[in-house]
Amino acid sequence: MEEKVKNITTDEQQEYVINMGPQHPSTHGVLRLVVSLKGEIVKNVQPHIGYIHRGIEKMCESITYPQIIHLTDRMDYLSAHINNEAVCLSVEKALEVDIPDRVKVIRTIMSELTRIQSHQLWWASFGMDLGGLTCFFYGLRDREKILDIFEETCGSRMIVSYNCPGGLMYDIHPNFQKRVKDFIKYFRKILPEYDQLLTGNVIFHERSKGIGKLSLKDAISYGITGPSGRASGFSCDVRKHEPYSAYDRIIFKEILFTEGDTYHRYVARIEEMWESMNIIEQLIDNIPDGPFAVKMKPIIKLPEGEYYQRVETARGELGVYIISDGNKNPYRVKFRSPNFVNLSVLNQIASGFKIADLVAIGGSLDLVIPDIDR
Amino acid sequence: MRSIINYLKEIVFGVWSLMKGMKVTGSYFFRPGTIVTQKYPNNRKDLVMFDRFKGEVVMPHNEKNEHKCTGCGICEINCPNGSIEIISKSIVTEDGKKKRAIDKHIYRLGMCTFCALCVKTCPSNAIAFAQGFEHAVFNRALLIKTLNKPGSQLMKGVE
Ligand code: SF4
Ligand code: SF4
Repeated sequence: MEEKVKNITTDEQQEYVINMGPQHPSTHGVLRLVVSLKGEIVKNVQPHIGYIHRGIEKMCESITYPQIIHLTDRMDYLSAHINNEAVCLSVEKALEVDIPDRVKVIRTIMSELTRIQSHQLWWASFGMDLGGLTCFFYGLRDREKILDIFEETCGSRMIVSYNCPGGLMYDIHPNFQKRVKDFIKYFRKILPEYDQLLTGNVIFHERSKGIGKLSLKDAISYGITGPSGRASGFSCDVRKHEPYSAYDRIIFKEILFTEGDTYHRYVARIEEMWESMNIIEQLIDNIPDGPFAVKMKPIIKLPEGEYYQRVETARGELGVYIISDGNKNPYRVKFRSPNFVNLSVLNQIASGFKIADLVAIGGSLDLVIPDIDR
Repeated sequence: MRSIINYLKEIVFGVWSLMKGMKVTGSYFFRPGTIVTQKYPNNRKDLVMFDRFKGEVVMPHNEKNEHKCTGCGICEINCPNGSIEIISKSIVTEDGKKKRAIDKHIYRLGMCTFCALCVKTCPSNAIAFAQGFEHAVFNRALLIKTLNKPGSQLMKGVE
C-alpha cells in the first residue's frame, strides 16, 4: 500500500490533470479547460464547451429574419451591435436593397463604439486576471459612458437590438452627436492613463512579454482573426479587405504586429481603441440627412439561394451564412464565430508555459463564451 | 559588476513603473469630482431614466380609460418568443355590426427579451415602453400582466 502511494507521487511520468472551470472566474463564463500539468508546466489544454449552448442556429430556422436579430445579440454580447449588423447586411444583400447613407454612417459609428466598449471591458478583466483590480474599476467606469450613449439612443445598454433589415429601429437621439464627441474628448485623455496603470507596469511586462507566442503560420492555419491574429502579423481586418457599411470612405490603419505574444495582443487592442476613435471622429460631424430605414415588406422573404456576409467584430471575423428556400424563415443559418476559432489555438500556444500564464494567455485571446457555444 | 548594475537598474525601473501607476490611482483620491458611482437605491426619487429606455411594455390609457389596441394580433405574430398573447372577443358596435375587439392583452414580462418588435410593428401605436426597471417579485405569476385595464375600451376614431 505504502509503495503504491510512493509510486504515484514520485513517478516523474505522471501528469496531473485539473479542471479549470466551468465556474472559474478567469474563464469569463462557463468554459471548462482540462489542463494536464507536469509540475507547474502546462502539457496539454483541452477545452470542453457547450455549457451555455442554446441552439441559436437551430432556433433561427423557426423564426423570421427580423426576429433573428435579437438572438444574435446574445451570441457575443459585447459586440451585440456588430452581430446585428452582420445579419442585416446579409439579408439586405439577398434582397438587393439600397441602404441610405445615413444608416451606413450611423451603423459604422455604433460599431466602433461597440468595439471600444468591448475592448474597455476586456482591458478591465484582463487587468483583473493578472491581479490588478484597479483596472477593473477604471475600465468599467469609462465603459459606462458608452453604455449611456447606447441607452439613450437604442433603449438598452448591452444587447441593443438597434438594427433591423433595411436600416435602424429608430433614428439617433438628438443628444447622440454631442455625447459621442464628449466621450471621445474624455477618452482621449483617459487612455494614456491605461498605459500608465498597466502597459508600463513591470509586473505586467514580466507576465506577458514572450508568453504564449503565436506564429504567423499558426495564426493563418488556425484562422485566428481579430486583434489576436493581427498581433501575429496576420492581416485579417474585414473592414479593410472587404469594406462594408461606411468603412470604404474613411481612413484608418490596420494595427499589425509581428511578435504575436500576449503583450502584443494586448497592445493591439489598446491601439485599436485609438483607431476606433479616429474613425468615429471622421464620421460624427458628417452624418448625412435622410431616412433612417428603408421601408421593407412586413413579411421578409429571401429569394432562394445562399448568402454570406462577414464583418469584423471586436474579437475577429464573424460570418453569417444563410440558406434560404424562399420562405419567411431561413432554411439554415450558420454563424462563423470568431471566439470558437480563437479558442482552438489555446492548446498550441499555452503548452510549455506555467499554469498562471494560461490565465494570461486565455485573457489575451479575449474569449466570450456564449459566442463559442451559441 | 555589470550584472549587479543591471539588477539594480531593474529594481529602480520596477519601482518607478509601480509609482507611475500609483500616481494615477492616488490622484483620483484627491479629485472627488470624478466619482461616477450613483447612490442607488438612495437616489431612487430623483433617478431619471432615458426616455427610450426599454423597461417593460405597457399600454397607455387616457383619462377616460380608453386605449388604442384593436386586437389585431400583429404584435403577437411579431414577438419572437411568445411573450404576448391576444385574447379577443367579438362585440356589437352601436350601429349593430359585429366587431372583433381586445379582451385581454397578455404580456409575459419574464419572457420578454426587449427586442422592441411589438412596439415598432403595432399599426395603431397602442403599446409603448415604460422606463421602470425594478421588476423583481417573489412570485413568478406576477410577471404575467394584462396590459389593457379592466373595463377599458377602444379609443374613438381608432380602427
Ligand atoms: S397592441 Fe397593437 S399590434 Fe398588438 S393587438 Fe393591439 S393594436 Fe394590434
Ligand atoms: S419586446 Fe420583443 S420579446 Fe418583448 S413582448 Fe415585444 S416583441 Fe415580444
